[in-house]
Amino acid sequence: MSDHEKDVPEDEPGHELSNVPDPAVTDDLYPNPGLPEHHWRPTDVDPKAERRAERQVATLFGLSAICTVLFVVSYFTFDVGEDWDTIGGFGASNLTLGLALAGALLFIGIGIIQLARKLMADQEIVEYRHPAGSSEADREMALTALNTGIEESGIGRRPLVRNSLLSAVGLVGVTALIPLWDLGPKPNQVGPDKKYDYPGAGIENTIWVEGMRVVRDVTGTPIRPGDLEIGDLINGEPEGIFNGGEDGEPLEGVVLQINKSKGAVVVVRMEPDEIIHGEGRENWAVDGIVCYSKICTHVGCPISLYERTTHHLLCPCHQSTFDLADSAKVVFGPAARALPQLPLGVDEEGYLIATAPFDEPVGPSYWERG
Amino acid sequence: MDTTKVATSNTTTAATAKKPNRVGAVAGWADDRLGLAALGKKQLRKVFPDHWSFMLGEIALWSFVVLLMTGVFLTLWFTPSMGEVTYNGSYDQLRGIEMSEAYASSLHISFDVRGGLLMRQMHHWAAMLFVASMMVHLLRVFFTGAFRKPRELNWVIGCLLLILGTLEGFTGYSLPDDLLSGTGVRAADGFIKASPVVGTYMSFLLFGGEFPGEAIIPRLFTVHVLLIPGLLLALIAAHMLLLVYHKHTQWPGPGRTEQNVVGYPMLPVYAAKAGGFFFIVFGITAMMGALLTINPVWKYGPYDPSKVTAGSQPDWYMGWPDGALRIMPGLETEIWGVTISWNVMLPILVLPIVMFLILLLLPFIDAWITGDKREHHLLERPRNAPTRTALMVALMTMYGLFWAAGGNDIIAITLNASINQITYFMRAAVIIGPIIAFVITRRWCISLQRKDNETLLHGYETGIIMRSAEGGYSERHLPLPESTAYTLTARDRDPVPNGLPSGGTDDNGIPAPGGGRLAGLRHRLRTLYYADNAQKPTPEELAEGHHHAEHEHELQAGVDGHAADGHQFDGHHLVEDEHLRGH
Repeated sequence: MSDHEKDVPEDEPGHELSNVPDPAVTDDLYPNPGLPEHHWRPTDVDPKAERRAERQVATLFGLSAICTVLFVVSYFTFDVGEDWDTIGGFGASNLTLGLALAGALLFIGIGIIQLARKLMADQEIVEYRHPAGSSEADREMALTALNTGIEESGIGRRPLVRNSLLSAVGLVGVTALIPLWDLGPKPNQVGPDKKYDYPGAGIENTIWVEGMRVVRDVTGTPIRPGDLEIGDLINGEPEGIFNGGEDGEPLEGVVLQINKSKGAVVVVRMEPDEIIHGEGRENWAVDGIVCYSKICTHVGCPISLYERTTHHLLCPCHQSTFDLADSAKVVFGPAARALPQLPLGVDEEGYLIATAPFDEPVGPSYWERG
Repeated sequence: MDTTKVATSNTTTAATAKKPNRVGAVAGWADDRLGLAALGKKQLRKVFPDHWSFMLGEIALWSFVVLLMTGVFLTLWFTPSMGEVTYNGSYDQLRGIEMSEAYASSLHISFDVRGGLLMRQMHHWAAMLFVASMMVHLLRVFFTGAFRKPRELNWVIGCLLLILGTLEGFTGYSLPDDLLSGTGVRAADGFIKASPVVGTYMSFLLFGGEFPGEAIIPRLFTVHVLLIPGLLLALIAAHMLLLVYHKHTQWPGPGRTEQNVVGYPMLPVYAAKAGGFFFIVFGITAMMGALLTINPVWKYGPYDPSKVTAGSQPDWYMGWPDGALRIMPGLETEIWGVTISWNVMLPILVLPIVMFLILLLLPFIDAWITGDKREHHLLERPRNAPTRTALMVALMTMYGLFWAAGGNDIIAITLNASINQITYFMRAAVIIGPIIAFVITRRWCISLQRKDNETLLHGYETGIIMRSAEGGYSERHLPLPESTAYTLTARDRDPVPNGLPSGGTDDNGIPAPGGGRLAGLRHRLRTLYYADNAQKPTPEELAEGHHHAEHEHELQAGVDGHAADGHQFDGHHLVEDEHLRGH
């Protein structure tokens, strides 16, 4: 680059400036007045102003040093853990450290810029541009060198070597991609009796089985139909996440998270005659209590904003709205499918149970969903 | 260069080899080994032109440096793991709760590391500043035509920086594994699953099995602290090298032409200003970190896939595709045993890629339509390229409307309006809005061009109302100062569209060279591109305008030198001793 810029273009034969304006479209209506006259600043001509500016700059740098000291002091003075909400809710440590750091930095910045504006030479200088491209001569020489190189390599004359080399190099990239295949189990490897099996495994499955109780999401206690008044909504989970582990232990870690992301449900009670039962779903409700997957069929947010008068359930992420009185069909928003419904029943102890698992995959759509 | 009067604290002569000083000795030692003098003799005094708008890219650069520094600090304490632990730190409300190590360490940074919350907030604020300043810088470059030859490739690099910066932001705010960030990752999983054919496999590979798995946080961490920053650094280096090589563009003005660049030398003035500005950006970020809470992860609690907060929203730069997602009608096709989720695929996977490609190709589209193959180093005022300016304003309008749609719930609550109606309105607005914006901007630009011509031909308005002998009133106009007139006219005339080949042949029916099948389309586009633009006056118009002005001036000569000659506004006569209304 520097070698190129050393050349003064005018000295090079046959090197035309391609950025010379095309006379057909450009005309100078006025002669170029040239650079405006330079005006001396007060600090250039008045020694008093100069010394004042010096003092200003030095003061700014001094203030920065003071702020750095304050930073160190506040680091050792304030304990973040105990007083994080003091001083107007800012947290003493965060506030004092932050402001001291800001001061230490800003005063340096302002000082340097003041120095540049007041005390450094302020005359604009002119540099000449050169075309971005190389000169014709350089181009020809480079092209000649390139062709000589290609010629001497013999690649052009030996298509067998060239093509096999290109294919091999192209193919070797596969070795970088192939190992990515083991980033995780494939969808067809996860599920009951497959390589990766755990409670609720498989994208099309959940942990729900026939007879599993619907329980409250935080406490895991089962729900009686009488616990719900009309208009109530309970965030439910399958009992399996509280006792589905080995020896009836609660699920933990990944398996717990996976099952929460698929098994979560909402249980709502409404006037039985307000429910429009879907075809074949006439006995899926218990005394006006219906149960749907809580996972939005759009992109998978858990839905929980319920409006009891309209029976609408709204997803807070993208505002898809489902009518829980009408098979949770989409009444508004970007979702395309109704929320899957869980058929409800009551076990001999009087608690709500699923009488069957979901009859379709829950959550966002995917290609193989069908 | 005349430095005789420059503050005496500066030396007036350059260091010479005759009497080596300490700086010279160090430089000599280095040059013996690195040979940098050849570069230094040219680049140390490299000229950078001055204009406030050239500072926007600098904000992006320095906020990236702040990101690197605060980011390194955060990695010292952050644990990128989804392993479950029981929180035992200083924050009362979450003590005893099971959470991932990632979230626990985010809380640890916020409450148990002195300065940790400050670094976290500075990091997040700097990220916002980084993306925002890149966008504004991009707009500046586009509106002033700085993307034109020879700088098209630097535009492409800049666009890559923008998209990588956005992805870097997304991977970053997903790391704390709090409820909000987990909701974002959950949605991202839905987006991936909507990809045709490979979506389910991509999701399983990315998450290491079914969502949420336990792999996503460590993987995002590697992408966030190694992969994307590495790419960003390399591209920023390339961006800066090309900037140095091309030399900075400048505004036209007296003494400033296509062939030169006028401004301050890198050493000392520009280095000082840019270096000082780094401290200012850093300092302002620190002040924001101290005073403005951002992403209070402790309020959301650990991620739980069965919970969500109302008003869940991504960081603002992810808002516009989210808006597109919100207003998209719920279309889905089930055919031949597979599901195609148009409702997710189109707004989130297709639209951003299409918009990004359009952005990337803008310089090439512009050059293809105008057929302009010259180098450009003088900036154009946005008004002097009405179609180009209008195009970007249309794109900005579309972006803004999508972005607003991403907050349709917030708008509904704030304005107490129906979210359904807002959504229906937005569906139409994202298409109609840009068209309206295009037309208005274009006409606005052309009006401004005409106003410039008016001022050139008839002078500027002085505010002095003259009454003629007959009793008529007129406002006194005075000619523009020479430098202003020069600056206003230092622009190209647009090529005359009529003279361009149409339908692949010129006026004589001879096929245009290399016209191809698209020549007709190109001709039509070029005609539309320049249509109605006001050209700067011709020399004849200018001469006539001046003649007219002289004539008028003669009539008004009586007031020259008096209080009301209008020159008190352009500094041509002094007003200290004058009583404007004295007689």
